[in-house]
Amino acid sequence: MNWEIVIGLEIHAQLSTKSKLFSGAAVGFGAEPNTQTALVDLGMPGSLPVLNKEALRMAVMFGHAVNAEIGMKSVFARKNYFYPDLPKGYQTSQMDDPIVGVGHLDITLEDGTVKRVGITRAHLEEDAGKSLHEDFHGMTGIDLNRSSTPLLEIVSEPDIRSAKEAVAYVKMIHSIVTYLGICDGNMAEGSMRCDVNISLRPKGQQEYGTRTEIKNVNSFRFIEKAIHTEVERQADILEDGGRIIQETRLYDPEKDETRSMRSKEDANDYRYFPCPDLLPVILTQEYVDAIRATLPELPAQKAQRFMSEYKLSEYDANVLSSSRDMANYFEVVTQAAKNPKLSANWVMGELSKLLNQNQIDIIDAPVSAENLGLLLQRIEDNTINGKTAKDVFQAIWDGEGTADEIIENKGLKQVTDTKAIEEMIQTILDANQAQVDQYRAAEPDKQKKMTGFFVGQVMKASQGKANPSLVNPILIKLLKG
Amino acid sequence: MHSQNITLLAQKLRAKEFSSVELTQHFLDRIKQFDTSINSFITITEEKALTAAKIADTRISNGEKNPLIGIPIAHKDLFCTQNTLTTCASKMLNNFVPPYESTVTQRMLDSGSIMLGKTNMDEFAMGSSNENSFFGSVKNPWNLEAVPGGSSGGSAAAVAAGLIVAATGTDTGGSIRQPASFCGITGLKPTYGRVSRFGMIAFASSLDQAGPMARSAEDCAHILNSIAGFDEKDSTSSEAEKEDYTAHLNQPLTGLKIGLPKEYFGDALDQEVAKVTLDAVKEFEKLGATIVDISLPNLNLSIPSYYVIAPSEASSNLSRFDGVRFGHRCDDPKDLLDMYMRSRSEGFGAEVQKRIMVGTYALSEGYYDAYYLKAQKIRRLIKQDFVDALSQVDVIMGPVAPTTAFKLNSKTQDPVAMYLEDIYTLSVNLAGIPAMSIPAGFIDKMPVGLQIMGNYFAEAKLLNVAHQFQQNTDWHTQTPTLAEGV
Amino acid sequence: MSLNKQDVQKIAHLARLSLSDNESEQYQESISSVLTLVEQMQSVNTDGVEPLCNPLEMTQRLREDAVTESNQRDSYLAIAPQSENGLYLVPQVID
Repeated sequence: MNWEIVIGLEIHAQLSTKSKLFSGAAVGFGAEPNTQTALVDLGMPGSLPVLNKEALRMAVMFGHAVNAEIGMKSVFARKNYFYPDLPKGYQTSQMDDPIVGVGHLDITLEDGTVKRVGITRAHLEEDAGKSLHEDFHGMTGIDLNRSSTPLLEIVSEPDIRSAKEAVAYVKMIHSIVTYLGICDGNMAEGSMRCDVNISLRPKGQQEYGTRTEIKNVNSFRFIEKAIHTEVERQADILEDGGRIIQETRLYDPEKDETRSMRSKEDANDYRYFPCPDLLPVILTQEYVDAIRATLPELPAQKAQRFMSEYKLSEYDANVLSSSRDMANYFEVVTQAAKNPKLSANWVMGELSKLLNQNQIDIIDAPVSAENLGLLLQRIEDNTINGKTAKDVFQAIWDGEGTADEIIENKGLKQVTDTKAIEEMIQTILDANQAQVDQYRAAEPDKQKKMTGFFVGQVMKASQGKANPSLVNPILIKLLKG
Repeated sequence: MHSQNITLLAQKLRAKEFSSVELTQHFLDRIKQFDTSINSFITITEEKALTAAKIADTRISNGEKNPLIGIPIAHKDLFCTQNTLTTCASKMLNNFVPPYESTVTQRMLDSGSIMLGKTNMDEFAMGSSNENSFFGSVKNPWNLEAVPGGSSGGSAAAVAAGLIVAATGTDTGGSIRQPASFCGITGLKPTYGRVSRFGMIAFASSLDQAGPMARSAEDCAHILNSIAGFDEKDSTSSEAEKEDYTAHLNQPLTGLKIGLPKEYFGDALDQEVAKVTLDAVKEFEKLGATIVDISLPNLNLSIPSYYVIAPSEASSNLSRFDGVRFGHRCDDPKDLLDMYMRSRSEGFGAEVQKRIMVGTYALSEGYYDAYYLKAQKIRRLIKQDFVDALSQVDVIMGPVAPTTAFKLNSKTQDPVAMYLEDIYTLSVNLAGIPAMSIPAGFIDKMPVGLQIMGNYFAEAKLLNVAHQFQQNTDWHTQTPTLAEGV
Repeated sequence: MSLNKQDVQKIAHLARLSLSDNESEQYQESISSVLTLVEQMQSVNTDGVEPLCNPLEMTQRLREDAVTESNQRDSYLAIAPQSENGLYLVPQVID
């Protein structure tokens, strides 16, 4: 059977506030267990929540970024269930009246087509603590540092039709939240976590099939793999005439399989009701507008500008704008280099290659954008050629100095003196008389191919420093005799 | 010493007729002497009290003016008190010593009052008779075979018996007013949001409110002056300006319009209680007030609405008692589920478990709209009744409870009958308005309270009305004859 | 409105309360009587009535985003039933 894949995503983005959603305890990754907890984060009797202003602002900002309706009245509700990392026995979240309502965003797929994905809602909620399963004489340890950390849960419509689209969507959300500065986007530390809802239906069918939810898939690569695995599992069941059970599943990247989390299914009647310790959050139009005015340029807008302002291809523009840091880096480079295409090639090529190899973030790149810009200037003004530039780049990376210092110290300047080049070429022709004779005897269209040999000899003799744009005309002139 | 009001005691402390240490010792002695039979205290903090009294004496000598300095008081045992056992009268918190202080008790500390101990109550404030306490029922000082009312029964009994000058209570559906009525003392439930709930162990968050319980309106005013006011730790705390609640006590009542809701004088009301109530109203007429007949048409709906909303909120509020971070944990849990189930069913008493289950049911899938949502809609109708009535009159008066204090164990078999007796108090909490109970007479030597309800944030008006009554009557000065405990 | 024994057990499980058979029966009766008491709400027409969650109908106040709490782990853990190495301990959690 020909199956259509239907995917919806729930992304939890941890908001980059200093303090918790409902308390003045610090937010941070990696602190000693239970040292960043206030009474309300521990669910102590009589403790009460007070809402963090900044978390609210960040949520509204996100709403603007995905063209969403902002909830002018939003209400916190309690989601009741028992779990040791949930100290109050309920999670304070939003149900009927979320802070961010219906919106959408556009993603660009690999083939260049643009797809619109609906955002159902985004709401503020508190995170739970962590259960540590190392063995404490057969017991589990509970660390509540993460308890009450602010999360924005972003829920998409089931508009996504493939693993690739899902990844493109998550990448877009990732770049939006990091552009906005409302989430650090660190998936390894759990700052962004994805739950993937997947179902299949025969192509052409209107109704959705039964879905499963895969919890906490925490890297772009795993999202793709988890979806493939789950789609395969569901297709196998359906093709054998079986039925999909609606359930929560966990993706195991080591075994590349999903498995049922039955424990979470146990009587999940969450008994949502408005939290009586918190009051409705009412926003004014002025407040909402003021936040809109502070929105930075977003990835899609930036990509558009890169195309119009720098005449970059859509592909280059999308890659460069996918991360704010990369886009900023590129713009600094191109300001110095005055050649956007060359700058784009270097940022996406040589720089990205080394960053990937060394697993370094662009913000920590050993070659500053200014330095790369200077290096590219030297290509532009013919001081060095592209090949030499790669060596210089490696030397800058290794901390040997600026482009100019390295060119100077290593004597890498191109030879641009025509007299010197002419002498060099003449010496080479004299040493290769046989090839010169062949050349002169050949048909004109064959001659073109034969120049390659002489150019190679010149470059070798000049240690790559001869300016190719000067070498060619002189060589041809002398060959013709 | 033990039957004098705060104003008088404050004068005598300053005149050095006695010291705060002596006053404190006097009350501690009375507690030892009489409380074995009344059982109004769960914890007595003798040493801390005497240490605090010494400091209070210094503050008085230094000329500090706050009338509460050096005055012995007690707190209902649901206010968290740092380093002092706080049980909520539950086995669940039998070992709970909070590392933090509630805003109410902190403010009372700051004002210089001396805490002598923590008073008994219905477990987690759920009850109207104080028979639901892990630490045993409290006896009414006027008749040791009768209940003191609840849930702030310990506070009411201790004040009535002269074991303490004043106490704090909390009122979710009448828990200050009804025991005040049963024990013949003065109690005030302030406007919702007037007093911070921080550090108060929650029963039903949208209804709970702390207030003073004392021998007179004037004493209540002194305590309200200390505990009222905005608290940034409580999102539901009101930023409305607080007043000096003693400032208007002496205003004459000429022209005061008193509303008498006909629904408060229906069949459920004991005829003698009705007579006492109406006699008290006549007293107000003598003081220059006029009477207006009014109606609160949805009064009867306050019972169902309350008994859905309060248990629903409670079911969620009490989920944190899970044996993980504080409180009771069962012995040798065989797994996580067993730990939850046994810790909670061992830790909570029957009434608490019942209300948790009622609330769990009311919020559960498929029932939410019919129960919780419906109850919240009815709540608005009830509020609107008060808003309409209070646009015609200054205060509303009526009985606090249909009867005087009933006999211990007489109603435990039929809890729903006991719920029905809350009919005159519940609606006030649903609407969030302030209300008082003041002593207004006796039936068969048992006190009867008059309820005075007012507009939002009109505590000063209520206290003024109550004080004027108390200037012209002596019901509030009557004290029970105590038998020494065995 | 009256509940059967399974209803009571389901609610008790949701609320994490363990009831003996005998208790289940008692609660079945007492909870049913409360539900009967609250039944009279259904006779009231509340169409178009906005639910009232907070009597004052105030709106949420906001806190500045500042760290105001210091580490109180020792005093908080001191009242825990069981803790070790700065962690609360519970019977093993199986995901």
